[in-house]
Amino acid sequence: MEKHEIQYQTVHFNLNGKDVERTVDVRASLTDMLRNDYHTLSVKKGCEVGECGACNVLIDGETFNSCIYLAVWAEGRRIRTLEGLMGPDGELSDIQQAFIDEAAIQCGFCTPGFIMSAVELLESGREYTDEEIRRHLSGHLCRCTGYENILRAVKKTMYRRLGREMPQT
Amino acid sequence: MYDMKALYQAKSVADAVALRLAHPDAQIIAGGSDVLVQMREGRRAGVELISIQTLDEIRGVSMDEDGTLRIGSLTSFSHITRDPLIQKYINVLGEAVDQVGGPQIRNIGTIGGNTCNGVTSADSASTLHAWDAIVELTGPEGVRRQPISEFYIRAGRVDIREGEIQTAILIPKESYENCFGHYIKYAMRNAMDIATLGTSVNVRLSADKKRVERARVAFGVAGPVPLRAAAAEQLAAGRPVSQELADRFAQAVKEDINPRDSWRAARDFRLHIAVESARRAFIESVKLAGGDL
Repeated sequence: MEKHEIQYQTVHFNLNGKDVERTVDVRASLTDMLRNDYHTLSVKKGCEVGECGACNVLIDGETFNSCIYLAVWAEGRRIRTLEGLMGPDGELSDIQQAFIDEAAIQCGFCTPGFIMSAVELLESGREYTDEEIRRHLSGHLCRCTGYENILRAVKKTMYRRLGREMPQT
Repeated sequence: MYDMKALYQAKSVADAVALRLAHPDAQIIAGGSDVLVQMREGRRAGVELISIQTLDEIRGVSMDEDGTLRIGSLTSFSHITRDPLIQKYINVLGEAVDQVGGPQIRNIGTIGGNTCNGVTSADSASTLHAWDAIVELTGPEGVRRQPISEFYIRAGRVDIREGEIQTAILIPKESYENCFGHYIKYAMRNAMDIATLGTSVNVRLSADKKRVERARVAFGVAGPVPLRAAAAEQLAAGRPVSQELADRFAQAVKEDINPRDSWRAARDFRLHIAVESARRAFIESVKLAGGDL
């Protein structure tokens, strides 16, 4: 087999509010870089073909499956993972607590991905219908909970942040 | 890690063209939701990649001076759906690409990639065919424009020549003016699924909304490449708007389409949903255009 040099590139970006830089192998996915170089282990390796959403992160405010995103594309971007939601003393954020309270978490593998999609929706400051929330979360697979509790956790947090009572159904 | 031999990152369109000429065997990568997945599956092992991902000059929707709607090839599906020009002039395209995969895929997937991989099931493809889109390619000799129907050569093969990259999808004013359309994706799941059949219809009605001036219909997965149904279009042109016309228009699509049996669906089933989708999309398009039937 033909031998060739490994190609490296230095990538500068902002991770959870902190400017960082690292020289990475250009063959790395963003999941590889976030897990191996930054130990943000909330970013899960699931299907690795962009179907399950376990590796979902926010890049410049939009959701992306980091498994099908080259690490070098992170140059100049603002990336947020679940770790960035923690309070100064490691406190859970409201959406994480809601997942626990509503039993929207069981094995936990899909949870960080779901929560980062929920964060995008919650931070828009808008009210969404159940149908819109379902659609917004449709790029994630969960094999434990059956989705209903996840929907409820997101909805509950949305109404709490909007300062309103959650309508009883 | 992806199994790649080298990565060349283009810094401009001109740079991308130079890289294409320097590395003729390299694969262009835009969003990566097709190319990287194929690499994971072991296809394209040891490939060289030319990344055009960061070329903001071909991202976004704008209007050319002559009224042509210009969609930069790197515009993501979600940005197309949210774009005010798209919503105003060709809303059906925004609706169609809003049915691709799931939210994360729609944030990374680009309209250029969706057309360049030459797949018949692409959710953008039938609508672009139905609106006579023009593909703009930039190469060593400059810019070349080609009707999208000629851009598709056969399944998985499009007319991108040596040194070229696709830089925009254009919708001429004559094509979108006073036109209203509807897209129906038939698939097994609501998200993360590929179309069993995609149907895109649009109509332009007379000033009194009583007559069809022009009707266009295109399908994905009704043949090896996306295709128009000319017989149905001719039948509807100039005719008064009615439920009966919708039925006849829908039946006539069978004259031009040629779906196949696949593990996703049988040919007969695809023919059935083609007729029914054409009828429903025609009726919806007429209603959107202000017609009554």
